[in-house]
Amino acid sequence: MIRVDEKGFYGKFGGAYIPEMLHPNIEELRENYEAIVATKEFQDEFQSLLRDFVGRPTPLYFAARMSEKYGAKIYFKREDLCHTGAHKVNNTVGQIILAKKLGKKRIIAETGAGQHGVATATVCALMGMDCTIYMGELDIQRQRPNVERMRILGAKIVPAVSGSKTLKDATNEAMRAWINDPVGTHYIIGSVVGPHPYPEMVARFQSVISEEIKWQLKEKEGRENPDAIIACVGGGSNAAGSFYHYYNTPEVRLIAVEAAGLGVNSGKSAATTALGTPGILHGSKTLLMQTEDGQVVEPHSISAGLDYPGIGPVHAHLFDIGRSEFVAVEDEDAMKAGIELSRMEGIIPAIETAHAIHALNMIEYRKDDVIVINLSGRGDKDLDTYIKWGNY
Amino acid sequence: MNRIHYLFNTKKERVLSIYFTAGFPHLEDTVPTMEAIQAGGADVIEIGVPYSDPIADGPTIQDSNMIALGNGMSLKKLFQQLIGFRTKIHVPVVMMGYLNPILQFGMEEFCKKCKEVGIDGLILPDLPMQQYLEDYKNLFDAYGLVNTFLISPATSEKRIREIDENTNGFIYMVSSNSITGAKTGISEEQITYFERVQAMNLKNPRLIGFGISDSESFSTASNYGNGAIIGSAFIKTVKGSENLNKDIQNYIQQVIN
Repeated sequence: MIRVDEKGFYGKFGGAYIPEMLHPNIEELRENYEAIVATKEFQDEFQSLLRDFVGRPTPLYFAARMSEKYGAKIYFKREDLCHTGAHKVNNTVGQIILAKKLGKKRIIAETGAGQHGVATATVCALMGMDCTIYMGELDIQRQRPNVERMRILGAKIVPAVSGSKTLKDATNEAMRAWINDPVGTHYIIGSVVGPHPYPEMVARFQSVISEEIKWQLKEKEGRENPDAIIACVGGGSNAAGSFYHYYNTPEVRLIAVEAAGLGVNSGKSAATTALGTPGILHGSKTLLMQTEDGQVVEPHSISAGLDYPGIGPVHAHLFDIGRSEFVAVEDEDAMKAGIELSRMEGIIPAIETAHAIHALNMIEYRKDDVIVINLSGRGDKDLDTYIKWGNY
Repeated sequence: MNRIHYLFNTKKERVLSIYFTAGFPHLEDTVPTMEAIQAGGADVIEIGVPYSDPIADGPTIQDSNMIALGNGMSLKKLFQQLIGFRTKIHVPVVMMGYLNPILQFGMEEFCKKCKEVGIDGLILPDLPMQQYLEDYKNLFDAYGLVNTFLISPATSEKRIREIDENTNGFIYMVSSNSITGAKTGISEEQITYFERVQAMNLKNPRLIGFGISDSESFSTASNYGNGAIIGSAFIKTVKGSENLNKDIQNYIQQVIN
């Protein structure tokens, strides 16, 4: 069985390697979250917000033209149609209700592409909670529209100016901010990373994706199980959400798509499973891009959401035991795939998501295989990057 | 006898521990800095092993870590520098570092090297107590390394008792809910916390750290514990120093007198 154990490990990966100052917060979450999430009160509020605020269920859309081109039955799980434009809001809705039940007054979060930041700012506005978002200085520049969206929603943006000034550094800053105000603050981590219980908690909130795929595919194809599911992986929240109900169904191939940046061996990459070794990052043991001396390597990807040197511990485990197949897609190929999807299906995807689209060119499959691609986000936030790239 | 035990058996008050970052401000400053810290009159030396992502540290120590790494500091290099330091340094020396670089070096190899060069104890801020007990306690004991845990105002009494039970060097009392170098001075609220812990009559001595920077805060901390730890304020002193030996000794003299 692929599942988290009671100490927070998926096989060799996971755990809670945190400074003692954060121990009370993590304990509070660990001791309370499952009980709270299991209550009818929580579930009623969560389900009603997912339906009426987020807009769930999101469609499972049969992509006719791309199916024809690739010779497979390609379905898109349309997380890009979620309110705020990506799957990230599934998790923030869950965590904000939890934070309220824990009596927290203030929310902090990290963001890379800004999608998690926007989703957090959105639920904070919804619940009238104070919101501070940590974002790498470089990401603030390349995801301008999302920065302004967060500001409009009333969030305060704090630039992370250390290291590579991207997602890793924003996460460091958010953890430091939590150490500085541990009692009244809840930290909404946006991916399946961080100390236990975060990776499993975030995956569970995101697992609504695979839950819906199951019944939607049953309606459309007469079976719950596709032959393959493809999702991009930075930290891995949309992948975990779309794989979740299939972890223990080995006949469904799970294909995780990492960012190769300028090429896996170019020195400018974020392909964690290709380049990483076991280590500790942001409170969990996982695969991580690092030097021989154990210093974290600064990653590169054209997509801010995949620009992360680690990977959620569950994905490290899925990789380790061979349950997931990993491919790495370069910047240029991802951009082209984004244009292809725009021209063939009328959907401009987030650049993160475009990596998953390109994976169709890299994997083997049989004719008429049913392949579900998790369309994690839409491309509005990436217009500047598309324009700068210009090749369309 | 472990030098940390010897120290606390012979000195109960106003123990001063100084944290510095290895390889900062210059790569070869490590051992000269230790000599100056001892000559200035500090009782314990904490060698900070630089790391790219020190999540419990504020900008001052982060910055010193990045400079040290840029200078080429690594654990391998550090252990080379430390060969023979015990001919000059007799005070207890503790290694403080985040887990990841140590795991890549190899925990057992790390412990072995620590013992070889003459390190007395470890402070690994992101090694949780449970993991320590299950995975590393026997190893640390085998190499004579005393492990130190942190507590903060948010640590429950029950947890403090557990930590006291599972350490035999000293307890690192983080003075406030904060990262290093975030606050200076000591507030009423902190005094209440110091008194609360003092009243627990723990078996281990306590050193108070975070926010200690000068003679006044050192004296206040010493009233509520066995002494204090200075990090960020010390890093600020050595940064840009033209005469490391003199500046370090002057700074420590000012703090303890």
